[in-house]
Amino acid sequence: MSGIFPRAVSLMVAFFALVCFATHAPALDMELLGAGATFPQPLYSKMFDAYNQQYKVKINYQGIGSGGGINQLIKKTVDFGGTDAFMTAKELQSAGAPVLHIPTCLGAVVVTYNLPGNSKLNFTPDAVAEIFLGKITKWNDPKIASANPGVKLPDLPVSAVHRADGSGTTYIFSEYLTKVNKEWKEKVGTGKSLKWPAGQIGQKGNPGVAGYVKQTPGAVGYVELLYATQNKMPYGNIKNRAGKFIEPTLKSVSAAANVKIPDDTNVSLTDTEAAAGYPISGFTWLIFYKEQNYGGKAKDRAEALAKLLLWMVGDGQKYVEPLQYAPLSKEAAAKANKLVRSMTYNGAPLVK
Amino acid sequence: MDTGKQRAPSGTDRSEKRFSVCLAGSGLIIVLLLLAIFATLLVTALPAIKEFGIFFFIGRVWDATTETFGALPFLVGTLLTSFLALVISIPFSIAISIFLGEYFKTGAISTFLRSAVEVLAGIPSVIYGLWGLFFLMPAVRFIEMKLGVAPHGVGILTSSLILAIMIIPFSASIGREVITLVPGDLKEAAYSLGATRFEVIRNIVIPYARSGIIAGILLALGRAIGETMAVTMLIGNSNFLPTSIFSPANTMASVIANEFAEATGVTAASLIYVALVLFLVTMVVNIIGTYVIQRISIEASREVS
Repeated sequence: MSGIFPRAVSLMVAFFALVCFATHAPALDMELLGAGATFPQPLYSKMFDAYNQQYKVKINYQGIGSGGGINQLIKKTVDFGGTDAFMTAKELQSAGAPVLHIPTCLGAVVVTYNLPGNSKLNFTPDAVAEIFLGKITKWNDPKIASANPGVKLPDLPVSAVHRADGSGTTYIFSEYLTKVNKEWKEKVGTGKSLKWPAGQIGQKGNPGVAGYVKQTPGAVGYVELLYATQNKMPYGNIKNRAGKFIEPTLKSVSAAANVKIPDDTNVSLTDTEAAAGYPISGFTWLIFYKEQNYGGKAKDRAEALAKLLLWMVGDGQKYVEPLQYAPLSKEAAAKANKLVRSMTYNGAPLVK
Repeated sequence: MDTGKQRAPSGTDRSEKRFSVCLAGSGLIIVLLLLAIFATLLVTALPAIKEFGIFFFIGRVWDATTETFGALPFLVGTLLTSFLALVISIPFSIAISIFLGEYFKTGAISTFLRSAVEVLAGIPSVIYGLWGLFFLMPAVRFIEMKLGVAPHGVGILTSSLILAIMIIPFSASIGREVITLVPGDLKEAAYSLGATRFEVIRNIVIPYARSGIIAGILLALGRAIGETMAVTMLIGNSNFLPTSIFSPANTMASVIANEFAEATGVTAASLIYVALVLFLVTMVVNIIGTYVIQRISIEASREVS
């Protein structure tokens, strides 16, 4: 008996030692840490893998969501964050020091549905808003039918489904509807999670929404373009500000960014003025501190970060399109490049 | 001290002491952990507690864009789905316990059924959720269409059904254990007085095993209250008070899991406040459970003696 307990005690000691060791393990040098948006994660994984092979710098990016990315950056636990929404004034203020945003690629949100035959449908902005406000309840409603001459719409109830989890997808979608529909603006507004009409179904993640739509005749939801194309789901064309019904493609999404981009790249591309642009598009950004000397960060680490960011908006852009993301326009890439070059270490520029 | 004889017991004494210190230490760690969890929740929820106070419990609006938060819909959703699941599961779990504990104690059928029930307990909840999405949802949708209510397919009823299936193994296996523990001579005495098998089960077995059966049911309730994944997939995640058992709703665990990743500021604090409420609800259910078990076992011992 007395033999067992010392062993148990030593096991416990070993366990605690392990726990202590694990938390105090020295961080590997030159492993850049990032966290944030899940939407661009597949692209970032590919980019970081290629960068590691070429420049021998390891980058660890965790897809914990845009809000998490902002939090982690402000807590200074990561070198850079990823977000689908430009940081709010409040968030920028709580960051304590200037934070820069650079766009890396574009994403789009599409309206997907489940109807007999699943023919391509056209949606006006008001039709989309009223579907998700619960005001259009039948598929043969004149507001949908008038935009789709020649398509026989069934007398099916519309079951709208939204994202139940807070997400950048919801943010872009609601930002668009806030711009184009007054009632939406007053009743729902813009956000990562919203006060949806009572009784409307919510599902978790793109797969949850997609699963519900596939299972339910008459269902309609919104998912990322990438997710819809990968899963061969039907999705509608949306009428843009120029009055044209635009099919969401990489080209039309990239075209949405053919507008004047401000120097800090804080531009909302939803309801874009670009004539060939798909209206529910948006940038996804990487965020980082302008002044890199904080929390005892070494200069070579800051330099490695700056070089990586330059590469991502430069050479790294060649990985964007093969992975079905929409690449940055020349103008956007140039602005991003300039922003990275404005990074400093002790006030001196990091890269020339 | 002066003889070798005394050294041996003192050695045992020392290991006894070490043993009890070890036990007390482990026990203390658990209590401290509980307090630490409570304290962490309380501190991180403080901004929301300051903002909404006690009205959080009766607030019906959950709106992140205007930062207005009330947890009533989730509180109602959690309690409604859990208790409904409990009500659905009780007949099945009692039937399984009696069947396995009284009718088929040994043999191939018993082994097979018992392991089947145990396997049910081990299935990850996301798999229940997926099965619910592909089988239960269309089935409930079909029923809803027949009844003429909005055919969502997901909602309170669907999630209660999946929860019921998930908690049956817990109450059934504990129920079976206590039923097999009913002393044979008590049952034989009843048989010798001419009681039928049904009468023995009704008048001897169930009263004797009652506290154990109820303990199992309460344990199952605890599991139902905290279940997240399967419920998230099947409840419809609508942040409003449910109007019928077919309407979509949301539970505390589900809203936390859904919204926490993207939440900042007051929204995050409010979600932690919800976690605190969930923590308290689970604690209250457990305390009530312990009390009920005590009461019943006292009554039962009185009845049997």
